[in-house]
Amino acid sequence: MSSLQMPKVDNAIMSKKDKIASDLREIINSKNVLSNPDELRPFETDGLTAYRQMPLLVVMPETVEEVSQILKYCNENKVKVVPRGAGTGLSGGSMPLEDCVLMAMGKFNKIIEIDFENRCVVTQPCVTNLAITHAVQDKGFYYAPDPSSQIACSIGGNVAENSGGVHSLKYGATTNNLLGIQVVLMDGTVTKFGGKAMDAEGYDFLGLMTGSEGLLGVITEVTVKILKSPEVVKAALVGFPSIEDAGNCVAEIIAEGCIPAGMEIMDKALTKATNDYSKAGYPTDAEAMMIVEFDGTEHEVEAYIQKTKEIAEKNNSSSLKISKTNEERLKFWAGRKAAFPACGVLAPDYMCMDGSIPRGKLAEVLNEISRLSKKYNLPVANAFHAGDGNLHPLIMFDANDKESLRKCEDFGADILKYCVKVGGALTGEHGVGIEKRELMCEAFNDKDIQQQLTIKVALDPNSLLNPGKVYPILRKCAEEGRVHVHGGKTKFPDIPRF
Amino acid sequence: MSMEEKQNSQTSLDFNQNIFKPTSREEIVEIVKTCYRKNIPLEINGLKSKNKIGRNFQSEKTLDLSDYKGIIDYKPEELYIKVKAGTPLKEIIGELDKNNQQLAFEPNDFGYLFSGQSNSGSIGGVVSCNFAGSRRFKVGSVRDHILGFQGINGKGETIKSGGTVVKNVTGYDLSKLVSGSFGTLTILTELSIKVLPKPETSKTLIIKNPHLKKALDFLGKALSSSTDPSGGVFYPDYFGKDFVLNDLTHDGGLTAIRIEGPTNSVDQRVNRLSKELGLLDQELSILDSEQSNIFWSRTKNLEVFKSLKSNLLRIVLPMSETLKVIQKLKNFEIKYFIDWGGGLIWASFDQLNTKILSEIKDTVKKHQGYITLIKVEEDLKASADIFTIDPIKYKISEKIKRSFDPKRIFNPGKMYTGI
Repeated sequence: MSSLQMPKVDNAIMSKKDKIASDLREIINSKNVLSNPDELRPFETDGLTAYRQMPLLVVMPETVEEVSQILKYCNENKVKVVPRGAGTGLSGGSMPLEDCVLMAMGKFNKIIEIDFENRCVVTQPCVTNLAITHAVQDKGFYYAPDPSSQIACSIGGNVAENSGGVHSLKYGATTNNLLGIQVVLMDGTVTKFGGKAMDAEGYDFLGLMTGSEGLLGVITEVTVKILKSPEVVKAALVGFPSIEDAGNCVAEIIAEGCIPAGMEIMDKALTKATNDYSKAGYPTDAEAMMIVEFDGTEHEVEAYIQKTKEIAEKNNSSSLKISKTNEERLKFWAGRKAAFPACGVLAPDYMCMDGSIPRGKLAEVLNEISRLSKKYNLPVANAFHAGDGNLHPLIMFDANDKESLRKCEDFGADILKYCVKVGGALTGEHGVGIEKRELMCEAFNDKDIQQQLTIKVALDPNSLLNPGKVYPILRKCAEEGRVHVHGGKTKFPDIPRF
Repeated sequence: MSMEEKQNSQTSLDFNQNIFKPTSREEIVEIVKTCYRKNIPLEINGLKSKNKIGRNFQSEKTLDLSDYKGIIDYKPEELYIKVKAGTPLKEIIGELDKNNQQLAFEPNDFGYLFSGQSNSGSIGGVVSCNFAGSRRFKVGSVRDHILGFQGINGKGETIKSGGTVVKNVTGYDLSKLVSGSFGTLTILTELSIKVLPKPETSKTLIIKNPHLKKALDFLGKALSSSTDPSGGVFYPDYFGKDFVLNDLTHDGGLTAIRIEGPTNSVDQRVNRLSKELGLLDQELSILDSEQSNIFWSRTKNLEVFKSLKSNLLRIVLPMSETLKVIQKLKNFEIKYFIDWGGGLIWASFDQLNTKILSEIKDTVKKHQGYITLIKVEEDLKASADIFTIDPIKYKISEKIKRSFDPKRIFNPGKMYTGI
């Protein structure tokens, strides 16, 4: 455990562990309250495995009423609560606190209703993202946001983090695909924001809750909209002799009025690593490689692919392949999806950063990253959701060497600061959590942060729900951990990550 | 007297005037700080195209933001435009036109309804009201296109949220919260808005059909097809005749479905959709791009209600409930049209009073929808709730209001009593 500062441990709560456990066993089925260390161990971390902390207790409620009663009890007794979905989050949003009750929502795992007439699915929060698509795909529908952990991550967690994915340029992130949620506030109030209608009355609490990282309420039900699957999907694999050419090509595709379903760029280091790992047939001599995907009707996709081809050639593309079959298209993606494990082969450890930048600044930011790589003497490989400006540099280091870890963290923080400097954001889709908490003051001033904190206080006056996350405890920009992977072993090694 | 108060009392602001027309953010800050200190409620206006929507409330001073305007930064290749809140929508659209881009959420122009002529208002007003046009079901609402904002809270502090990039999950998404808050949370000063390329071609299938049930069936099928429509409306007989267009070969009730995109794709999808819907040639007209744009512009402008004196309601519902609600509302003398592919009813009532209104509200609520009173007579406005809300959400709204505007000086009571 690193020296990350968390809210002060309440010793009075610690000393009442047995009493709290027995009280909670009165509220819910006693077997759903876990208190012995062996039972608690699996909950000590989430997808940000560099940080571990055993919670005081774990509760696994089964109904909304139980969630409400637990929160009410904890609120009245000043017990901190950390909500947790599938535990795949990359920013430490559901990392436990020593004196917290960890609310594991895993038993909320059923789809409640599939409503094709209103083109929506009502589901419990711990159903996985991909399970929603699986439930509706026989009728030709799907759920659009596709975070790379979609086979494991929960839809409730997606709402809490406002998860994106490869297709968010065209289809938006979770917030744009959400119709309603049922939420339990820290005082036990159960309420619904939105529903099956396209808009809801009054203030947009649905929008506020989405991406609030479990600080404002516990999500107990989610209504998402589903879309008809596109008829045709095609991808092009394009190599470029320079990052600048690739960047210009992206800008021009957008400027020409083509909005791809997905547009990804990898630098030479990552192209080579992923190609060696997955044999995807990438142009390994290219300085940058782009995968661009269009979906829609046959003519529409053809028109866009043709335009892309012209623009790529104009921007000095060194190779260009267009998928002829769906299998070939999936092969294009296979390498990209193997980016994380491929880096695991290159170095004992790596950290994945998640910054957002204006598309036009790609070359500038990558040059800066390469300068920093030399300065810190650590190799880096870059993956980029080029369509929406979301950059994922993977910094390679050796965690057994303390100096190497420190340099890696400094390097990561420098990248994120640079993202903010060029007009971007600290996090595009992984959330702030504990990971980027201390960097918030790079993006916001005191007044901005204060305004956000007053909202928190309005809904959770005792600051008991997921405290210590998102907002800095100390007003200093410490540089703490990132997605830390040792020996290629992530928490969920089988999940392809972007 | 604190330092801050001292500074404020020494500024150049002439506080005797009733209408402030600031041209800089510093002036706005000064006005708000003074109002905060003296507990003076402010009415906040842009171009007043929608200021009649909402409850009447007491305000001592008016903050007119129509001179706080201008495009700060427009980057077509980055798909965003950053503007001052008082900038006329018309000016923004004109600028985007030059680069063949648009605001995809096509906000309603309420000018026709309230003043008989176009007044699309200021961008600050568009965001504050969050009324999106016919593309709603495809591209989202106004709020889905706000990348970030800068505003002044009720203490006169400048705050910001979001930025200019599309992917940003840094902190709470306050851009959503201020959208549709009718100026009750912050004074918006700057807005960064996502822009999108204009579609190469737009065509509209017009199906001759006077029946709502059939229309909703067409719309439901169209929205669930892979032909990807971007607009779906139904006008009953009494409104259908208002649309005289060269290629429109019939009058009376009509269902219209818009298809947009590259030209050859649009043609392919139009053909496919008319086959999927089993349409016969004699019941179908197809509008070319120009006529299609005219048709949807009139829909966006609510032009069928142009001469309407009062009693216009906006009803948002799950699509499955629209038919049931209309059938119940037919107990009253109403004229309506359906937008958002079935999810939005614009309805005018011959007669409206608190009793009728309460019946309508109950009906809509029972069907999981909500209503907003858009244009009603003054006496009804004074006694009726303009916006709907349940007690739990009211309580939360009160807390959120206080967190932005602790002394309730921004449009107090415009949305709800006490908020």
